[in-house]
Amino acid sequence: MTTAAQPTDVWEHELLLTGCQAVSHAVKLADVDVIAAYPIRPYTEVMDQLSQLIADGELDAEYIIADSEHSQFEIVKHASSVGARAFGGSSGTGWMYGMEALAVTATDRLPPLFLVGNRALDDPGAFGVEHNDAMSVRDLGWLICWASTAQEALEHVFIGYRVAEDKRVRMPMALAMDGGFLTHAQHMVKVPTLEAVKQFLPPYDLGDRVLHPDNPISVAPQVNEDWVMELRRQNWEAARRARGVIKEAYKEFNGVFGSHGSQYDNPYFTEYMTEDADAVLIGIGAVCMPTQTAARRLREKGHKVGYVNLRWFRPFPTEELRACLGRFKGVGVIDRDFSQGSPDNGGILLQDVRSCLYPLRGDGPNVINFMGGLGGRDISIDECIDMYERTLAAGRGNVPEEIVSWIGLRE
Amino acid sequence: MATTLPMIDYEKIKKVHDAPLEEFYTSGHRTCQGCESALVMRDFAKASGPRTIATGATGCMYVANTSYQTTPWVIPWMHTQLGAGGASAVGMAAGIRALMRKGKIAKEKINIINFSGDLGGADMGLSGISAALQTDYDLLIILYDNESAANTDIQATGLSTYGAVTTFTPSGKKRRIMQRRWKKNVAPMLAIGHPTCRYVATASATFPALDFMNKTRKALNVGGPTFIHTFDPCPKGWDFHPGYSRELGELGIKCGIFPLYEILDGKVTYTYDPHKKGRIPVRDYLVKQGRFAHLIDEDFDYIQGMVDTMWEEWELPGIAPIKSGLEMASR
Ligand SMILES: Cc1ncc(C[n+]2csc(CCOP(=O)(O)OP(=O)(O)O)c2C)c(N)n1
Ligand code: SF4
Ligand SMILES: [Mg+2]
Repeated sequence: MTTAAQPTDVWEHELLLTGCQAVSHAVKLADVDVIAAYPIRPYTEVMDQLSQLIADGELDAEYIIADSEHSQFEIVKHASSVGARAFGGSSGTGWMYGMEALAVTATDRLPPLFLVGNRALDDPGAFGVEHNDAMSVRDLGWLICWASTAQEALEHVFIGYRVAEDKRVRMPMALAMDGGFLTHAQHMVKVPTLEAVKQFLPPYDLGDRVLHPDNPISVAPQVNEDWVMELRRQNWEAARRARGVIKEAYKEFNGVFGSHGSQYDNPYFTEYMTEDADAVLIGIGAVCMPTQTAARRLREKGHKVGYVNLRWFRPFPTEELRACLGRFKGVGVIDRDFSQGSPDNGGILLQDVRSCLYPLRGDGPNVINFMGGLGGRDISIDECIDMYERTLAAGRGNVPEEIVSWIGLRE
Repeated sequence: MATTLPMIDYEKIKKVHDAPLEEFYTSGHRTCQGCESALVMRDFAKASGPRTIATGATGCMYVANTSYQTTPWVIPWMHTQLGAGGASAVGMAAGIRALMRKGKIAKEKINIINFSGDLGGADMGLSGISAALQTDYDLLIILYDNESAANTDIQATGLSTYGAVTTFTPSGKKRRIMQRRWKKNVAPMLAIGHPTCRYVATASATFPALDFMNKTRKALNVGGPTFIHTFDPCPKGWDFHPGYSRELGELGIKCGIFPLYEILDGKVTYTYDPHKKGRIPVRDYLVKQGRFAHLIDEDFDYIQGMVDTMWEEWELPGIAPIKSGLEMASR
């Protein structure tokens, strides 16, 4: 569906697209060479779209229907190793099935991009969103970033490849989006011109690490205790450098697209009504919709609340987030994931936020945790209002003994 | 979208002295003395030459082969996960094809060869290899079969010979034989199951001389996805003196327990034909290996009976375990 929006130098047109469809447009514009597919809801739609683009001659790429996610991810990894820009993706239990391949893609320092349409892990079966799938690679050397609109999803294919493929980084990129709420929700999306994308995203160049008969290298030989420490250290340095490379990429992105309506003030997270706030909620993904509406309603009544929408999860924006959250008295962390048996027996994001705030000690905000929306359950505006109120109370010093509470749970 | 590329057009090596002198798998590995799997590596690299990229699944031919800073590979090589042999070849072949078609790298024929062990290729990675053989990419999968998970200290796999002692199938006071699975019939399974895969063969690195190198060349000449299953005596796992590796390979083939053939476009050629040359008793092959030292007469008889069935009762002798299938159909 095309609207009457005027084409500009950077935007080709504006279309009504789901998150998955937006990503398929971006994969085409990024001139991806190899795509490997395996069906699992909800990410699959991106592969349905891409196969059609290839069938219609709009995208020139190899399209392989793999026999499992393990094969799918290995195909993507090895395509990347010969210098092809490669794309894969999965959801929930499919992502877990290929876990071994995901681990080595990172330790091989290869930079393909994967779409993770977040889905609850089995058992029991549930199609809805939970973030444990994408978060399961958080310790393995992956870049992990969440889009919360279809526009962001499209743009982060370009940003993702650019950061991942940068010589200083070379880490695989997981672009995550909430299953259903974004993979299948339609938004108006501005689709850029090929020229604008080319201006921002250079071709993939693996340099002297590319496998080709003219470059006869041996990749990933057995190292044992002799060298593994040094190699892990290189991964560590890459993850550290990624922070700077991400900043650069957004600056460049703003340079190309910023004056045309797509501008990122902060690469890592977006703040909403946080100025002068006493308490904020922080969350990931589509929960930004009800939380922002709830913040507006509470502001109308004079409550100083705001929302922080976290985009980048790995590398974690430690300093930026500490500076941001340190301004408030209460912080409520919403986890659409779980970490059973963890220090607070709460969510994964909670642990990272608390450790990021730890250096502030007593000067930092009081932090509480909300577990909610698991398996795709809706988080309502009323529930968000309740979370804000409890976070305001925590900010005033009323921190419950059990800092983790479950939202929208049948009692 | 296939891209037609000029094939390399390898010549058949007729005499040992005609084999290329250049080595693309050289010193630097630390496989056992007498390791036939290492010879498989050397031979396929020699036969295919420098315009080749290899991927190697986890196993002895990774761990014992490729230590950091002492790689034996002169051609580009990359490790792939234990069960990812097929996928690794598909990924590389797809990448290379897309890059050539889109003009991002020069157009030329580049061989993509994966080698996987019997556990990695025939058990864990079977589905991935099957999927690779359904593609239209030029790729060769070599299943190097030393009949155990050798790298992890000799555990039984789906391809271990019936009765063999391994660390998972010891012989004990109550149970003489723990390895009671009959060897999985991988090459025929893949040939029969993948009608568009034009070339499937079995081979041994040393018997008959040059046979494996020529089968490698044939696979590459035929093109598309191809598969070779090699039979690799392993001194450590089979428990024999490394000086006898070549001889054991020969005995295994001559007794008929490892049939040697190639299937090109559905046509079977026995490259060692027991119908013409006869079969020696399986016992002569088994007794030379420590892994069968616990077997008694009835075990030898059982194994001999199974091998006899393969050659005397199967519709495609030594290859397809279907008996009288044609008669049934015509009735
Ligand atoms: C997913 C996975 N499971 C287990 C292992 C441990 N492992 C490493 S090598 C190996 C044996 C492989 O056997 P095979 O494929 O026959 O090769 P061989 O060692 O005999 O050459 C195993 C089980 C592994 N590397 N990866
Ligand atoms: S254990 Fe067997 S396969 Fe492994 S290196 Fe030794 S001889 Fe070769
Ligand atoms: Mg083995």
